[in-house]
Amino acid sequence: MLYFPKWLVTVILAVCALGVLLALPNAFSEETLAKLPSWLPHQGINLGLDLRGGSHLLLEVDMSAVTRERLDNVVDGLRTELRSAHIGYTGLETANDQVRLTLTDPTQANAAREAARKTDSELDTNIDAQGHVTLTFNAAALQARERSAVDQSIEIVRRRIDETGTKEPTIQREGEDRILVQLPGVADPEHVKELLGRTAKMTFQLVDDSVSPDDVQRNRLPPGDMILPLQDDRGPRPAGSPPQTIVVKKRIMVSGDTLTDSQATFQNANEPVVSFKFDATGARRFGDATRENVGKRFAIVLDNKVISAPVIREAIPGGQGIISGSFTVQSASDLALLLRAGALPAPLIILEERTVGPDLGADSIHAGTLASVVGVILVIVFMIVFYGLFGVFAVVALFFNLCLLFAALSILGATLTLPGIAGIALTLGMAVDANVLIYERIREEVRGGRSLISSLQAGFERAFGTILDSHVTTLVAGALMFWLGSGPVKGFAVTLSLGVLTSLFSAILVTRLQIVTWLRRTKPKVIPI
Amino acid sequence: MRPLIVIRRIPNIDFMGWHKVGFALSAVLTIGSIVLFLTQGLNYGIDFSGGTLIEARTQGPADLAKMRSTLDGLGLGEVSLQGFGSPDDVLIRVPRQPGDDKAQMAGVEKIKTALGSGVDYRRTEVVGPTVGKELVRAGVEATVLALLAIAAYVWFRFEWPFGVGAMLSTVHDTVTTIGLFSLLQIEFNLTTLAAILTIAGYSINDTVVIYDRVRETMRKYKTIEFGALINKSLNETLSRTILTVSTTTLAVLALLIFGGEVLRGFSIAMLWGIVVGTYSSLFIAAPMLYYIRPGRGGRVKGGGEDKPAAEKIAPQRAN
Repeated sequence: MLYFPKWLVTVILAVCALGVLLALPNAFSEETLAKLPSWLPHQGINLGLDLRGGSHLLLEVDMSAVTRERLDNVVDGLRTELRSAHIGYTGLETANDQVRLTLTDPTQANAAREAARKTDSELDTNIDAQGHVTLTFNAAALQARERSAVDQSIEIVRRRIDETGTKEPTIQREGEDRILVQLPGVADPEHVKELLGRTAKMTFQLVDDSVSPDDVQRNRLPPGDMILPLQDDRGPRPAGSPPQTIVVKKRIMVSGDTLTDSQATFQNANEPVVSFKFDATGARRFGDATRENVGKRFAIVLDNKVISAPVIREAIPGGQGIISGSFTVQSASDLALLLRAGALPAPLIILEERTVGPDLGADSIHAGTLASVVGVILVIVFMIVFYGLFGVFAVVALFFNLCLLFAALSILGATLTLPGIAGIALTLGMAVDANVLIYERIREEVRGGRSLISSLQAGFERAFGTILDSHVTTLVAGALMFWLGSGPVKGFAVTLSLGVLTSLFSAILVTRLQIVTWLRRTKPKVIPI
Repeated sequence: MRPLIVIRRIPNIDFMGWHKVGFALSAVLTIGSIVLFLTQGLNYGIDFSGGTLIEARTQGPADLAKMRSTLDGLGLGEVSLQGFGSPDDVLIRVPRQPGDDKAQMAGVEKIKTALGSGVDYRRTEVVGPTVGKELVRAGVEATVLALLAIAAYVWFRFEWPFGVGAMLSTVHDTVTTIGLFSLLQIEFNLTTLAAILTIAGYSINDTVVIYDRVRETMRKYKTIEFGALINKSLNETLSRTILTVSTTTLAVLALLIFGGEVLRGFSIAMLWGIVVGTYSSLFIAAPMLYYIRPGRGGRVKGGGEDKPAAEKIAPQRAN
C-alpha cells in the first residue's frame, strides 16, 4: 500500500497538473482569458441563470387546441360529405377528442365510413350495429403530428427570439412536448412572453357584407360563413356592450405562410403600419382574389381576430401590401416580427417562469463565494489543529480536489447554480472526512502498538472500504437528484456527485503520495498525529 | 508539526445503557413529525404548490403596509409580503390562481403594473399547476428511491440486519427533518428537497463507519456479549464520528451564515440533518443491531488483526 510504482506517481501528478490547468480559466476574467496563448484551455464554468441573471421559460406546445380545431373542421366537412352521399344522421357533435353521430339507417355503415375517409384520411371510424358512429384521430398519426409540431415550434420560437436581439439564447426540447427557453441577461421577459404567447396565424378572408346585423345576433349564418371579433386595440369597449364582430367567408383567400417579408413602417407621415410581401404563389392568389372581388371588403385576420377590413379598390397584383389598423410603433414592429418569423403550429403555454435580475445574481455569486471561502478556511484550520502535518497534507489534497472539481465542471460544460455552489461548499466539508477516517485509523493502529510503517499501511487499507461505502451512498443520492433534476437542483446534484468522485481520488491517492514522499525524505521515527 | 489537539483516550460511554431513552425519544420525534406533517403540513414553496414569488427591491425601506393594501386590491387571493434580508427587500408570494397555467402568468403582470415603477424586480418565479404537480411526484419518488437504494447498498455490503438498521435510521433522519420544517413552517422548496436527499446520503456515512467497526469487532471477538460489542464499537469510532461531522458542520455553518437568504432553508435542513443523523447513528442504528442481530458468521474464521483488509473490500455476506 505504501509502495507507489513510478507510473502511478506519474499518473497522479499528471492528473493534478491537468486539474490545475483546466481549472485555471475560472480564475481569470474574460479579458485576461482572451490575451492568453491559444494552447491554454479557455473553457470556464457556465454560470446558471440564477447567478448571471436572466430568464428561464418552460413552454408547452398545446396540441389539444390544435386537435379541437381539427375536430371542428371534421364536423363541418363530414356534414357536407354525408349530405352529398345522402346519408341520414342525427346528433353530430364533438366530445372528448372524438366526433360522434348516429346513422338513421345503420345499413349505410360502409357509405358512412367512406364519407369519413374522404373528410380526413387520418380518422379511425368505429360503427356499431345500432349505427352509433365514433370518429377518432389515428393515434400514430396524432403522435407524428405532435412531434413535427414541437420541432416546428422550436424553430419558430428560435426565430422570434433571435429577432428580439437576445444574446446567446438556449432553446431546446424538454421531454415530449415542452420547450425550454433560457435567456441570459433578460431581466424582464414580459415582451418575450407576449411574443411567444401568440400563434400569429394570419389569413386573408373575404368579408360577407350580405348578412344583416339581425341575423348575426341570432347566429343565422349562410353556410361557409363565420363570425370573428374585431381586435380591441381601439381602447377598452364600454362595459356590457358586445364585442364588435364581422362576418367573413370561411374560405381562406391567402394564408400568412406565403409571406416572405414584413416590416414596420409609417404611412401618412406618422401612422405606424405593417408592410408585407408575398412569395410568387401568394402573390398570384392575392392578385387573382383581389381582381375578382373589386369593390368588396376583405378581412386581415390574425389569430382569429380581424385586424382590419379594407375595401378592395382595385386588383393588387404586385404581391405587396400594407396593413393599417390603429397600431402603436411597438405593436406594429411586433406584428412585423411575428409575420417574419412565421406562425406557430400550435399555441404555446408558459408553464414556468424563473427570472433573476443581474443584481441578485451578482449578490448570489458573492454570498456563495464568501460562504465557500469561509467554509474552506474553517476546514483548513480545523484539520491543521487536529492533525498537524497530516492536516497540511489533507489541505493540499483538498486544494487539488477543488481544482479537479472545477476542471471537471469546466470540461463537461456543466452549469454552476447557487445550489451548485452550496454543493461545492458541502463537498469541501465532506472531502476531508476521508482524511479523518484514514488518520483516525492510523492513530488507532499506533495505539494498538503497531510499527510506524505498518500503522500507516493499515490505516489506508482499512479505511478504504468505509470511505468507499460512504461515498457511494452520497453518489446514490446525487444520481437521484440529477434524475429528479429541475435546473437548480440538477446543478447541486452535479457538483455534489463530481465533488464526491474527485475527493475519492484526492483524499486517497494524493494524501497517500504526500505521506509516502514524506516518509522517504525524513525517515521519521514517530508519526506526528 | 504536531496537532494542537489530540483525542488520546478512547471514551467509555454506555451508549447501550441509553438506547431505550434514544428509542423513545426517536419514536416521539418521528411520530410527532408525522402528526405535524399531517395536521399542520408543510409550508410549500411555489415549486410544489404552484403560484408566484417575486423578490422586489424598493428605493428606500419598503412600506409593507402600503404594498399589502395595493396588492390586496388586485383580487389575487392571499398575497403574503415579508421582509427578506435587508429592509429594502420584499418577498411577495401569491398563491396559485384558480384556472390553468395561463392564469398564473396573468397575475404577475397585474402585480408589476400595480406596484408601478421604482421597484426593482430581483427575482420572479412563476410555477404553473402542471409543473408543480410533476415536481411533487418526482420529489416523492426520488426520496423513496434514495432510501431504498441506500438500504439496498448497505444490505449488499453488509448483511440484511445492517440494511434494515441503516434504512430505519435514514428514514428517521428524513422524517424528522420534514417534521422540523413543518414545526417551524420554513419554506419547503426544491432546494430543501435537495438537502433532504443529501441528508439521506450523508447521514448514512457515520452509520456505515460504525457498522464497519461492529462487523470487524464481531469477527475479532466471537464470545463478547453483543450489547457490549456494540458499545465498544461505538466508543472506538466516536472520535471519527465527531470529527467527520465537525468538518461538514463547519462548511454548512458557513453556508448558513454567509450563503444568503436563498440558501437559508437548505442550510437549516442540512444542519439539522447532520445533527440528527449523528444522533441516530449512535442511538438508533447501532443499538438496533442488538435486536435484529446479524449472524456472527461461522464462515469468517479467525478474522482478527491481520486478515480483514482484503475481505473488507469484497462484499462480505455470511448467510
